[in-house]
Parts: sequence; structure tokens; C-alpha cells
Amino acid sequence: MDAFPTEIVRFELDGKTIEALPGESILQAAQRTGSEIPHLCYKAGYRPDGNCRACVVEIDGERVLAPSCCRNPKEGMQVNSQSERALHSQKMVVELLLSDMPEQGKSPYTQRSELDIWAEKLGVVQPRFAGRQQPVQDISHPAISVQLDACIQCTRCVRACREVQVNDVIGYANRGDHSTIVFDLNDPLGVSTCVACGECVQACPTGALMPSDNVGLEVSDKTVASSCPYCGVGCLLTYDVKDNRILRVEGREGPANKSRLCVKGRYGFDYVHHPDRLTQPQIRCEGVPKTVELLNPSDFDKVFRPASWEEALEVAASGLKRIRDEQGPQALAGFGCAKGSNEEAYLLQKLVRTGFGNNNIDHCTRLCHASSVVALLEGIGSGAVSNPFTDVEDAEVIMVVGSNTPVNHPVAATFFKNAAQAGKDLILIDPRRIDLARYASYSLQFNPDTDVALFNALMHTIVEEGLCNEEYLAKYTEGFDALKENLKDYSPEGMAKVCGIPAETLREVARRYATAKSSIIFWGMGVSQHIHGTDNARCLIALALMTGQIGRPGTGLHPLRGQNNVQGASDMGLIPMVFPDYKPVGDPTAKHFFEKLWGTTLDPNPGLTVVEITEEIHKRNIKGLYIMGENPAMSDPNLNHTREALARLEHFVIQDIFPTETAGFADVILPTSAFPEKTGTFTNTNRQVQLGRQALEPPGDSRQDWWIIQEMAKRLGLSWNYRGVPDVFEEIRKATPSMAGITWDRLEQDHSVTYPCENEGDPGDPVIFTDGFPTPSGRGKFVPAKFSQAAELPNEEFPYVFITGRQLEHWHTGSMTRRAGVLDAIEPLPIVSVNPSDLGQLGVDAGTTLTVQSRRGKLTAFARGDHGVPEGNVYMSFAYNEAAANLITTDRLDPFGKIPEFKFCAVKLSAGGDPAPRLV
Amino acid sequence: MLALDTQKEIAQLLSRYPIKRNALLPILHVVQKGNEGYLTPELLEEVAGICEVSQTHVEGVISFYTMYKLEKPGKFHLQVCTCVPCCLVGGEELLEHVEQQLDTHAGHTADDGVFSVEEVECLGACSYAPAVIINEDYHEQMNPEKLDRLMDELRTQGQAHA
Repeated sequence: MDAFPTEIVRFELDGKTIEALPGESILQAAQRTGSEIPHLCYKAGYRPDGNCRACVVEIDGERVLAPSCCRNPKEGMQVNSQSERALHSQKMVVELLLSDMPEQGKSPYTQRSELDIWAEKLGVVQPRFAGRQQPVQDISHPAISVQLDACIQCTRCVRACREVQVNDVIGYANRGDHSTIVFDLNDPLGVSTCVACGECVQACPTGALMPSDNVGLEVSDKTVASSCPYCGVGCLLTYDVKDNRILRVEGREGPANKSRLCVKGRYGFDYVHHPDRLTQPQIRCEGVPKTVELLNPSDFDKVFRPASWEEALEVAASGLKRIRDEQGPQALAGFGCAKGSNEEAYLLQKLVRTGFGNNNIDHCTRLCHASSVVALLEGIGSGAVSNPFTDVEDAEVIMVVGSNTPVNHPVAATFFKNAAQAGKDLILIDPRRIDLARYASYSLQFNPDTDVALFNALMHTIVEEGLCNEEYLAKYTEGFDALKENLKDYSPEGMAKVCGIPAETLREVARRYATAKSSIIFWGMGVSQHIHGTDNARCLIALALMTGQIGRPGTGLHPLRGQNNVQGASDMGLIPMVFPDYKPVGDPTAKHFFEKLWGTTLDPNPGLTVVEITEEIHKRNIKGLYIMGENPAMSDPNLNHTREALARLEHFVIQDIFPTETAGFADVILPTSAFPEKTGTFTNTNRQVQLGRQALEPPGDSRQDWWIIQEMAKRLGLSWNYRGVPDVFEEIRKATPSMAGITWDRLEQDHSVTYPCENEGDPGDPVIFTDGFPTPSGRGKFVPAKFSQAAELPNEEFPYVFITGRQLEHWHTGSMTRRAGVLDAIEPLPIVSVNPSDLGQLGVDAGTTLTVQSRRGKLTAFARGDHGVPEGNVYMSFAYNEAAANLITTDRLDPFGKIPEFKFCAVKLSAGGDPAPRLV
Repeated sequence: MLALDTQKEIAQLLSRYPIKRNALLPILHVVQKGNEGYLTPELLEEVAGICEVSQTHVEGVISFYTMYKLEKPGKFHLQVCTCVPCCLVGGEELLEHVEQQLDTHAGHTADDGVFSVEEVECLGACSYAPAVIINEDYHEQMNPEKLDRLMDELRTQGQAHA
């Protein structure tokens, strides 16, 4: 391609003078100014490849035709896309491609074939040439069907897979007229390493790659622009809806996803149509006892009876009211959910604070980044990220700690891989070798639990080698001396043995991070879910502060938030110690402000956190619980203990879309709306507030969550009168100054607005802390951390370390994804990942069962050999009720963040065992 | 698993390339040589890991270049040129003849495992067309009769060695 012009270029296209913006090709300039030039291998956002030649144009004074997709115009150039010669060539290309389509006609796989569209526009009807022998269909994959007879070898799928999502599965093999699209080593798609992100399907112009359910030929009733309900990346997407069902999902240009999606966001939506959906309120039948055993769905009707909304709400509210009035407000608690919208989170915390009369409101952030948030609030005065993850584009060094990003934030990971491919240094710090390692400059597989030792060794190097940013230290930080003193004991040479990384590597990484023009740190649960999780995060904050790697594009601290709205739910005050906008409940000014806003008196004492509430239920101090969407019977640590607590509740109300494992313990179940059935705002990990729009009607008599909460509030004596979600959002703007500038209208129009956005019209700040921190002193505070060990170390009896986390196809406790056809088909069984050499020692073949036992519980799952799991460790997702990983985990908490240590406990393994029956 | 000798050769090759992926072609040759002249999916997966490239990248490479084999070649591997100069003087007939004699198709190994045959592009021996390469030796100005005699000799040799 020609060198990129840096100025606007004026040129003539088909006799009309148009302008090309810097870098624009002839085709792009034509498209932007409303002219059409045929094209097939070109796709906006992808690297132009110029291979199909459908877009050729005639340029005055040039001997040959030029592909307009990869040709930049020059000043005064005369381009003709309609000349006889250009049209002849364009038509010939289309005719040749058409001759090789099935039946030499329209694509039988999609109604949107771009080849068909161009053939029609160019008047190419019946090709004159014979077709070739056509390959057979490959339907080996649950999500994607492959029909290469419709392939025109435009290689959009290759670029999708290798350059955009960087999964490197699709390739272009053979040569000449034998050339073909292949997966891995010419494997069927279903046995290849495909992660089913579906980018290739979205890119394919002819239906050669399609969703496997044959939806290509169906015509939708409507399309709805919305967002994704799964992780914190916050991808924007479009639903195609027909007859109140989602036909298909496509990625939409959003600030966090640039039209990309992952397997869950693209193929994980049929859970909303699952027959298990609750469609009517349910009340526990008189006299049915609560036990620690999970309720088998087939026994659901024996335990619950359907009821009218009026009755169910009355029973639900009166039970809570009775406990509140007879035993005092402290006997009640509520769990919210980071899957709910900002409006739902706001209403629920308001219900607990003003209706229950206490601050016992928490949600799954406690199990996720609670320790990170504590450390961030303490150190830099704000719990949110400093920079969006898309800032990797401006970074020189990208450090990813304790985050299996391609699994947990798949679309964010694609940007990391793009950056690594563009030459940025990716530094991975994780006990497991994760898929990202292939793109990394450094992959530090350190010993689990030794985070503080490792981080302190990095900082020791930076201090010792004089790599601190002295100017930044002086201007924006405090407490450095204490940190420096603490670091003395942590030389890389001393820590090498502790963390299992050679001293020289530690030094190299430290130098690289400190001396790069811009370095950004990402971290995940591997950092936060330890009893020293807050200390881990303190170290990362200190690392950024001492090197001044914060406050500029491409730098900063980014705890990758897990759920689609965990950022928002926390912002809304769905946590026990703060009101909305992180105002401490004990702060008299804040208390006064909210008492005025809500017209009531408020409890000045911080409430209890998730695991503390469970403990208080155990002790029978808390007797009534209200849950929106959370599933503690699967998500909380030490499940036998947690389930015992749930069974002890005097009155337990839950609103959910499914009869979850937790719902089985309830007295009243209120059926609610799934994500695509409601409208609301959701705040992603980048602080982007985005609209999720209603695309479907909720099934049966299920209702919207905000309505249910309001009805509960009314019955608890509150006079709420919100007319809809926008009403609630208006109140949020009053309660949360950092979002005050975001209007509903703007969200409707722009889909996504970044906060802080304090005044209407503010663009929103993607990069914050550019001039100090929102702490009382305006400075970032160093908090030294000492190396300490996990709550439960392996010993002779329990020699293995048990690490829990998530997996790509299943979300959290699996209540949605195990009811999603494609996702469940890809990962149907509970898997425990073990290093193959450990499997050998245990005498266990991959694919056979393995029993895992800790001091608290026992499960049986299927063994999978995984070289990425270090010897002596096992890894498991907590999505499977027949082998619930949290039966094993410990409920020991980080003293500051109150987060349980999901990432480390001691277990023993034994070959064999029978998995419990699956209850979904 | 790669043989120890092959591993050593690979290590030596890698030491000469600053970027591992750049050593892909020679490593594939070494691995092929160390495995009776052909590559298996398992070996390719291993090579992908060694060169830090994707499997599909390796597939693209081995399917593009004709000298990488996925089928065990015969003891004697015949490359018959059918480019224009050879074609004009009987290259195509020569190939057909060999295919008939061996009862197999170009790109495959005959059932007895002694011979395999392949249709190739220009061998650079146009002046002596039609040309055939057997293992690493050129045989020029061939015709079916000459080739038959040569193959008979080789067959006897091959059987004697076997």
C-alpha cells in the first residue's frame, strides 16, 4: 500500500470531486461519501487484503486497474469505478466467484450473501463457467457449521481469526486452485482448537461459515441494539429477534469491543428460552423442611406451589417485616447481583438501607475484587480503573497478573494479543501457563501464594537500581520511606527461591516495567482471591506509583472487573460500607446527604459482607434474607457450611430467572426478567456506562426486577413511585456526582458514556489521576506489604493445592450457561485440570474420574491433563453443581477486603469415584 | 515424540535464528528426515510449539511446499516433471506410465512401499527433458522403457536391502 497520506486528499471519483481523510483508501472515501464500489474481501475494521479484485477501478494515466480497497488516492487523481473496463473486470470477478457457488446461484446458507447482493447490483445472472468439485459440509462443531462450497476465499475469516481475535485457528492451505481454508492441521472444526468466538462467522460474506442452527435463512422481525450480559468487558451487540426469540447475535461497534464478541456473547443466549425459566411466583409449601441437600428440579413441584403476585409479594414482604419489627433491623440482610443493572442495584441497596433499616447489603464483588477495591480506595482514593483496557494500544509494556484473560475477558484479551503482535511487551505473571503465554515476552509461572514476595522483589530492584520516578514520587505520593524500608528484606536473589522465578528474570521484568515510556498493569482474581489479596493489590498500586506509571494514556492500574455490572453495582453502593459513589456510611456528611435524598434516617454502621452474613445466619443472628440473582449455594466458599446457613433462615425471599441451587432454600421465589428482557444501564470494567435494551417480552408471568423491588418496598412501608427505569436513573445522577452529566437521552443516542462525567456535555474521562488522586491529601499512598502465606498449606495428608476459577464456556455458577445449548455442548461435564505428570503418578487416565477432597468437602469430576497447571496443583471451575468446587474451598477471609481465599487450599486426590447427578 | 538426534539438530538450528518461527522450514525438514521422510499431525503439533507458531500456520506452510510429506514415501521417491518443456517431450506420458506401473496416483506410495511418485513443477533440467528425480539423483531424457529398467534395478536393490 502507498505510504499513508497525512492530509486530506481531494480526488475525482466518477467525475465527482471527493475528499479522502488521512489514511483512507479510495474505497473507504467512496463509501463515506455515498458512492458504491463492489467489494468482497474488504471488511471495515480489517486489514485490506486486495485479493478478490471485485473493487478494481480505473485510474487515469495508469496501465492496469487498481484495487480500490488497498489504494490510497493522491491529490487530483482521476478515478473511475464505472468505466467500461472497470465494470467489465468487476463483473468478471463476481461471475467467476458465482460460478463456483453451490448450484452456481445464490448462497443457500444466508439471505445476506454479499456476493449475491453484488451480483444482483452488477446484473450478473447466470455464470458462463463451469464450477469446480465442491467440498463437503463440516458440521462437527456445536456452534459453527462450515460449508466451503460457498467459500470465495476472500480470507476475511483468516484475518478475523488471526489478526482480529488472534486465535490462530483458521489458515489458508495448499496453493493455486487447490487453495482452501483450513482449521489447525486441516482438522474438522469440532476437533480443532477453535474457541468459537464466531468472529469468522460475522466476517464471512457468503454463509460459508454460519451458526450451526441454520438461522441464516430466517428473516428477523426486529433488531435491537444492546450489550452483553456476561463479563465486565461490556461488548455492545445486536440481537436479531423473531417471534420473541433471539435468532442470532452480532457484535456491534462499541468502545470496548469494536464489533468483537466471544463464544458466550455470541452463542450463549438461548438460556432465556430454556424450559426451566420461572414464569410464576412460587411459595414454599407448608411444612416442607429445609435441608443442606440441593433441591432436585424434578422435585420442585413437591416443595413449591405457584402463587399469584399479590400473594407472593405479600408473603415475601410480611415475613421480612415481621423479622424487622420483632427482632430488629440487624436480623435482616440482602444480597444483590452484579448481573443486574445499575438501576436494580441502586434500588436494592436503597430497599435494604431504607426498608430493612441497616447496611447488610452486599453482592458478588465480595468474592471477586473486594480486596482490590479496598487497596485502591486506601491507596489512591478510587475503586475504579485508571485507564480503559483499550489503552494497551498506547502502552509499551502490558503486565497481566493473575488473570486468564482469554478465558475470563476474552474480548479484552484480543486487544492484548493485538498489542503484543504490534510489538508491545506482554509480561504474564501467573502460576498457570495460560494461552496468552504464546504472545508474551515474559511468562512468570511463579509459585502460587507468593505474590507479595514476587512484587516486593520487583520493587526492591526498582529502588536498588535507581529506577523510581523521583519527580512523580515527590509530587504525587506519600509514605514512600516506609515502603522502601519494607522492601529491604525482599531482594530478587532472596525471593527467587520463594516465588520460583530466577532473580535475573525478576530484575529484567522490573527494569522493563519501570523504564518503559508507558506500562499498564491488569489483574484478576489470581491477585484478589487470597487472604493476602489486599496486600497483593497494595503491591501493584505501589509498583505503579513508584515508577509514575499512572495518569497517562497507556499506563495505570486496571483490575479487570468480572461481571458485566460489578463496577456499576459497586458504584451504586451495593456494598455494606458505602452509599452510592463510595461515600462511607459512617461519614456524617454522606449520611445527611442520603437521608435528605431518600427522606429517611439511615444506619451509620457499616453492614456485614457476604461471608460474614452467612456466618451470622449460622449463629441465628440474621434470620431473614432477600436475594436478587445471587447464587451463594454455588458461589460461596465452603458450601456445606453456606448451604447449612441457607437452610437455617427463617424467611428467605429470592428473585431469579431460574430455580437455582440457592432458590431451593427459599420461602418465596419471585420470577424475574432475563437480561434481554429488560432495559437498564450497565457499567463495564472501563467505567463505560452502557445501555442494555429490552429485546424480548419476559415469559409467562415473570416481571421486571425494578418493579419487583419497588413492590417489595411498598409493602415494607416505603412510598416509592418510580414509573420506569429512566426515573431511577435520574435519581442515580443525583446520588452519584461522577455520573451526574450522563443523561438517559445521551445514552439512548451514544449507547456508551464514560464516567467521570460530572456535567451534561462532558465527554467523559477515560484516563484519570492525571494530576494526583482523590485522597484527602491529593496524593497516592504507599502501603507496605509483608509476605504471608495462605490460610491452609498443603501437607502430607492434603498434598495438592486446589485453585478455582472460571472457564471460557461457563459463566460463574453455570445457571445461565449450562442452560445454553452451544455452551453446554462444548463443555458438558465437570472437569478438573491436572498436570499430566501428576495424573500419571495418580494412575488416572485423562477423561476418567478423579475425586478431590479437602478438610471441608469432597467432589468427583473428570480429569483433564493440562500442561499449563503446574505440578502439585489442580484447577477447577465452580460452574458444576454435580461437582461444586466450592465444597472444597476455604471460607477464611482477607482481613481487609473480607474476600475468601478461592485460589488456594489443600486437597488430596484419588483415582475414580462417581460424580453426583447433574441438577440442571 | 521427537527422536533425540532430531532434537539436537533442532536445537542447533534454533541457535542460528533469532526468531524461532524463522526456523520453521529447516526444522520441518529435519523432523521429516528423522521420521522416515514424512510428517505426522503429532510431529507438526510439536514443531508448532517449538517454533511458537500456530498449528494452522504450520499447515499453511507444509501444504504450500511440495517437499513436505504427510504420507510415508517409498524407499525410492520419484518426482516427475510435467512442466512445459518436459511435457512437450513426454513428461505427462511418463507420469501416467509410472502411475500405471505402480498402480497408484501421483502424490501416493505404492502398496509395496518401495516406490512413491509425485508430479512436480520445473526441476531446472529443461535441456535434458523429460527429467525425473529419484530420491536425490537426477535422471534425464527419460522414457518409459528407460524408467522401467531403472525401477527394476532399484526394486531389486531395495528388496536386497530390505
